[in-house]
Amino acid sequence: MNVTPIVGLEVHVQLLTQSKLFCGCVNRFNPDEPNTQTCPVCLGMPGSLPVMNREAFRLAVTTATALNCEIARFTKWDRKQYYYPDLPKGYQISQYDLPFSHDGWMDVKVEDEDPVRVRILRVHLEEDAGKNIHDESGRGADSQVDLNRAGTPLLEIVSQPDIRTAAQARVYLEELHLLLTYLGVSDCNMQEGSLRCDANVNLHIEQNGEKIATPIVEVKNLNSFRGVEAAIEYEIGRQQREFEKTGRKLGDPGVEKETRGWNADRGVSFAQRGKEEASDYRYFPDPDLVPIVVTEEELEEIRSAQCELPAARRDRFQKELGLSEYDASVIINQGAEFAGYFETVASTCGDAKQAANWVSQDVLRELNERKVGIDEFPLPADVLGTLLQRIVAGEITVKSGRELFAVLLEEADGGTVPAVDRIDPLIDEKGLRVVKDTGALDAAIDSALADSPKAVEDFRAGKQQAIGPVIGKVMKQLKGADAKAVRERIIERLSE
Amino acid sequence: MSLTGQSTAQLRQAFAEGQATAAEIATAFLDQIARCDETVSALLHHDREAALARAAEVDRRREAGETLGPLAGVPVILKDNICMRGVPTTCASRMLENFVPPYDAHVVERLQAADAVVIGRANLDEFAMGSSCENSAFGPTRNPWNPECSPGGSSGGSAAAVAARMAPLAVGSDTGGSIRQPAAFCGVVGMKPTYGRVSRYGLVAFASSLDQIGPFSTDVHGSALLLEALAGHDPRDTTSVDQPVPSYTEKLDRPLEGLRVGIVKEHFGEGLDEEVNAAVHAAIDVYRSLGAEVKEVSLPHSKYSVAAYYIIAPSEASSNLARYDGVHYGHRAESFENMVDMYETSRGEAFGEEVKRRIMLGTYALSSGYYDAYYLKALKVRRLIREDFDKAFAEVDIIAGPATPTTAFRIGEMVDDPLAMYLNDIYTIGANLAGIPGLSLPCGQSSAGLPIGLQLLAAPFEEERLLRAARMYEAQTDWHGGCPDLEALAGSAGQ
Repeated sequence: MNVTPIVGLEVHVQLLTQSKLFCGCVNRFNPDEPNTQTCPVCLGMPGSLPVMNREAFRLAVTTATALNCEIARFTKWDRKQYYYPDLPKGYQISQYDLPFSHDGWMDVKVEDEDPVRVRILRVHLEEDAGKNIHDESGRGADSQVDLNRAGTPLLEIVSQPDIRTAAQARVYLEELHLLLTYLGVSDCNMQEGSLRCDANVNLHIEQNGEKIATPIVEVKNLNSFRGVEAAIEYEIGRQQREFEKTGRKLGDPGVEKETRGWNADRGVSFAQRGKEEASDYRYFPDPDLVPIVVTEEELEEIRSAQCELPAARRDRFQKELGLSEYDASVIINQGAEFAGYFETVASTCGDAKQAANWVSQDVLRELNERKVGIDEFPLPADVLGTLLQRIVAGEITVKSGRELFAVLLEEADGGTVPAVDRIDPLIDEKGLRVVKDTGALDAAIDSALADSPKAVEDFRAGKQQAIGPVIGKVMKQLKGADAKAVRERIIERLSE
Repeated sequence: MSLTGQSTAQLRQAFAEGQATAAEIATAFLDQIARCDETVSALLHHDREAALARAAEVDRRREAGETLGPLAGVPVILKDNICMRGVPTTCASRMLENFVPPYDAHVVERLQAADAVVIGRANLDEFAMGSSCENSAFGPTRNPWNPECSPGGSSGGSAAAVAARMAPLAVGSDTGGSIRQPAAFCGVVGMKPTYGRVSRYGLVAFASSLDQIGPFSTDVHGSALLLEALAGHDPRDTTSVDQPVPSYTEKLDRPLEGLRVGIVKEHFGEGLDEEVNAAVHAAIDVYRSLGAEVKEVSLPHSKYSVAAYYIIAPSEASSNLARYDGVHYGHRAESFENMVDMYETSRGEAFGEEVKRRIMLGTYALSSGYYDAYYLKALKVRRLIREDFDKAFAEVDIIAGPATPTTAFRIGEMVDDPLAMYLNDIYTIGANLAGIPGLSLPCGQSSAGLPIGLQLLAAPFEEERLLRAARMYEAQTDWHGGCPDLEALAGSAGQ
């Protein structure tokens, strides 16, 4: 039995606009003061009318463009109708048959695998609903509704079912998250629900030369990267067991799309009574909103304002800066600011690989320990770049560089803003400058060799490692000496 | 002459020249309400003190030498589906019986900027759905010309109020004829402007793509004046059109040279009352006598207009009325089992029969599997109807015909026959589907003493031409001067 998982993702992204999609209310996560960010329009009061927020539409088109989508020149708003207390008008303003964009793609590369192109079916814009808050004490108190979120702009990105593994799904979501934060269209805060994901999963099974599709299951509200991966992994196993037990397949009478929830604590999906099951959304064009015509000039403006996207930047880091795929990914995946920090360090020190090592190891470790982002890191990129330049120029050793890195951070924590002109005085204060004076080096070597006749004898007998202690002695005497240079000079002296 | 007997222009003049204060004018009309409305029931509610305070404010500002707006001191009555801050806006529905909007409709802001004095809120068919005012949850309005008869609908209260001289001006809304039909039944002037001419912000929606706010008045000049105040772009309504508003009053009295009047043969077919037919033909003869060229034009798809309308309007209504769910405002049932039951019981209790009927019609038409056959088909028909008008207006300047097939029917006569009631809008619906302006003005009286309305239609944004054409006719005839027996109305109160 050959089993191929078929997965498509629907991702909802909250756009980072000042105001809501169809009214002037502020668009801000604010659960502590319910119903304070509302007006007659987003409350759905009689006689109120929606007016589209052009900035939200621009952010939406920017995103779809970055996802390589076709942008429709004519698009419209439709009403998706259902009753729920968090939906004050009894319909959601969304886009049905003419979304503003369609047919894009995004490349997804799981580490050590070939990249996979996931096609994007459509991206459309809609308003978010409010939030129902139920009494969880079990005492059966009234449910409450908070409409602060009602009417905020939401982008729905629907992929084609091109994803084949749980890991691909996770990387798709990570890559999307990265793209959206690079574009600055969303803060993608998953805890606050700015990025929400539903997964459609089923299996294509080849059995005795027959191809069978299992019923499609939609797993709702996967709100973390790990959750997406775990839920899909779980569903693949569950659906296979289910198929082996029941033999039910897609298209069988009575087989409908199933909606399931995901319990992250227990690591299982569970059957949900989906609102979809019984409902017919009765979509129709919203007569309160005029259709939108997108001009070539507007598109050109958006295209020309587009920043370098993460995938392109990752590619450039490898091709132009010579980074490994791993290093490039580590840096890019930290976000645009981090990648910018790296680029400044690399150009200041003139050695991208050296910069990549430091940034992806030393800097990242510090960030993790300090639990801060690169924007709060106390060592400016040009200072670190200058420090590394001294290493690249052979003026200090890597080991000394690490020591100075720590000192600079210490000084910064003590309240001194690290500056480029602090580097050289600091090197000298600590006596870490590489000794280039061969006289002093030779004197130290001679003295060390004289102290170690046994080592000299062993070396001459062919034991290369015998000079280790000699190197140590020289280094002790000359703090700024480069171990490699010391070693080479000792060998030279012994070969004379 | 008493203040209530005067036209808007006369009242403005009296106020401007200091012969009457805004407070005196308001008092006169409020007294008229007190005398007649027990019989007519044109108003759902009014706040005498608030109206007088507003009038006093206008007077104070005049005394202070401030420049006042074009409707300074003129009393206006508003249909009760137009939101006004702090004033109940019931839509004649139990659902919104206690609803008080925290915002003003765009037209209310305009009226306030024009220094008009809103003195009352007029009855209507619930949520503007109906042609008789009988669908009001708070009881029907009666026709001032014969209290046994309906004033028409849905803006029946506004039309009856103007006919009974409770105000010289009123504001209504027209979705399928809801201004023009009651204007015809009550012998007043009523106009539906081009779709997009007046902002719908604050008008409680019935069918968004058809609804349009418009004026009622005792004469054409009053409507021109009121429309001038109401019309104009509003960024809060994206369907409102950003196009300058001409002065409708400036050239109103100047007759149109070489006017081409179209007669639609489809408007003179089966179902048209003989007396209405005769009055309308006489009116067309007046245009001929004024040198107008009268031509027959065809609107071949007009026979489908009622059918298309009764798909599109209920579809939109079913969606627009979904917000009345008892959750956030409006009526909520006292007892219910669960969430779904709360919705069903609240809506079941608070909506009237006709509203429920239209919600069901619309829900059905938009259902998956029926959408293409009903809603989408109706939209195609709508486009054909619009094209018919475009072709007609390439040949004529205005179209003239009957506003309604009959004069006012008796209250109760058609309540059990919704289809017959729907056919009352047969001549008016086309203008809503096509988005064009239309106007009804008095052109005669039946042998039973009931008014007959002449409907004039024009191409989009040709309100000025429409009003001037109407004025040409009005200037030659006396029908607009007609007034029901107000003493009898006052006298029958309390009987």
